[in-house]
Amino acid sequence: MIGGNMLRKIIIALGIFICFVLQTTLFKFLALGNIAPNLLLMLTFFVGFIRGKKEGVYVGFFSGLLIDICYGRVIGFNALLLMYIGFLNGAFNKMYYDDEVTLPMGLVCISDFIYNFVFYVFQFLLRARLSFGYYLIHIIIPEMVYTVIITFVFYKLFLKINSTIEKYEKGSAPSFD
Amino acid sequence: MKKVNNEIPIKYIIFTLTGICLVMIICSFAFNGFASPVKNAVSFVVSPATKGMNKLGFYMINKKEDYEKFKSIKEENESLKKQIADMQNDNALSVQDQNELEQLRKLYKLDNEYMDYETVGARIISKDTSNWYSTFTIDKGSDDGIEENMNVIGDGGLVGIVYEVQKNYSLVRSIIDDESNVSAQFAQTSDKCIVKGSLKLMNDGVIQVFNINKDAQINEGDMIVTSNISSRFLPGILIGYVKDITNDSNNLTKSALLTPVVDFAHLDIVLIIKEQKNTGEE
Repeated sequence: MIGGNMLRKIIIALGIFICFVLQTTLFKFLALGNIAPNLLLMLTFFVGFIRGKKEGVYVGFFSGLLIDICYGRVIGFNALLLMYIGFLNGAFNKMYYDDEVTLPMGLVCISDFIYNFVFYVFQFLLRARLSFGYYLIHIIIPEMVYTVIITFVFYKLFLKINSTIEKYEKGSAPSFD
Repeated sequence: MKKVNNEIPIKYIIFTLTGICLVMIICSFAFNGFASPVKNAVSFVVSPATKGMNKLGFYMINKKEDYEKFKSIKEENESLKKQIADMQNDNALSVQDQNELEQLRKLYKLDNEYMDYETVGARIISKDTSNWYSTFTIDKGSDDGIEENMNVIGDGGLVGIVYEVQKNYSLVRSIIDDESNVSAQFAQTSDKCIVKGSLKLMNDGVIQVFNINKDAQINEGDMIVTSNISSRFLPGILIGYVKDITNDSNNLTKSALLTPVVDFAHLDIVLIIKEQKNTGEE
């Protein structure tokens, strides 16, 4: 029988895989004005916020690594960036309540901004693309809005999945070492 | 809530992972393709899923467009039927013209190189995760004879260039990508120029053209093809049509915008030219 802890790991790994596949394919078709939402960032935020720093860091690291391996120009860049975003959201874990929605949406918004800002600085500013204002309006803010909307849509579903796993964990608690 | 654990404290995890990341970043600058085995292994798992999802995406976008077009199609159908009748007439004439053209070509020994390149077809299976780049994955890799720097065409024009090859997939940088530079020339006058992708102009469906000689006799709507002095692109591949020609402030060169012939939003299948530009370096 699979322990609850193992089950959670499998589900999160599956989640990373699904988000990655959706982000590179289906959501590129659902893109509004060429902007697609950042699902892996959403997942990193979610796990960090609900489960705490440690899991946030791991999810961020592996999501980023997957991006780097499949699309990265530099391996490790996205992994590093998403790892810290997972950590940052994990720091707000203590303020997590089921019914609160404003804080998580604010967090995902800020996370997405940080991610794209750092991305801009390292991948575009260093190649002398100086007009930050343009990129802010046409890339960063639309992606922020879109990601927040998608997070809002999926938030309740995520909570549901999380509470189901927690129930399962409690059920199999005696066998937990 | 939390169980008492004797696991490693979070700060050590962060330090370790940061270290790993930094090492990987340095490695990827220092050694080209050091992660190839990992990439292949990952693509083995990811590719089938992305392929399927991409098909679903195309299916959806087609359905959506079908629905939008449905109303106008009926009217169009009527007028098209009339057109067909006319065209059948024209067709008979143009077949004759075609034969004549072929004969003339043979006479003048015009070898149309562009048609003679050996190509291999590939399907686009996924696109870059970030919104910053226009690169995509195709489902052919070194197993199918793809090599780095092979030119990618499709839709009757230049799509981009292969910049990374793995066992069963490759990455293509399209000409509208912000990092793309193509040495090109005007088809009529052979004036050289540089075609450069731009994230800023991508939404308007155009890319930039630089370094056109001030005295070049060019007009809006002129055809731009890859140049014969390019080190990576084969000569004579159509890129697009020029517009909005302006004089640069240095008064030595002109720049312009270019509308690519390829519709990048609806690109599904591309052709990779297996021949590579011979620069005489080897």
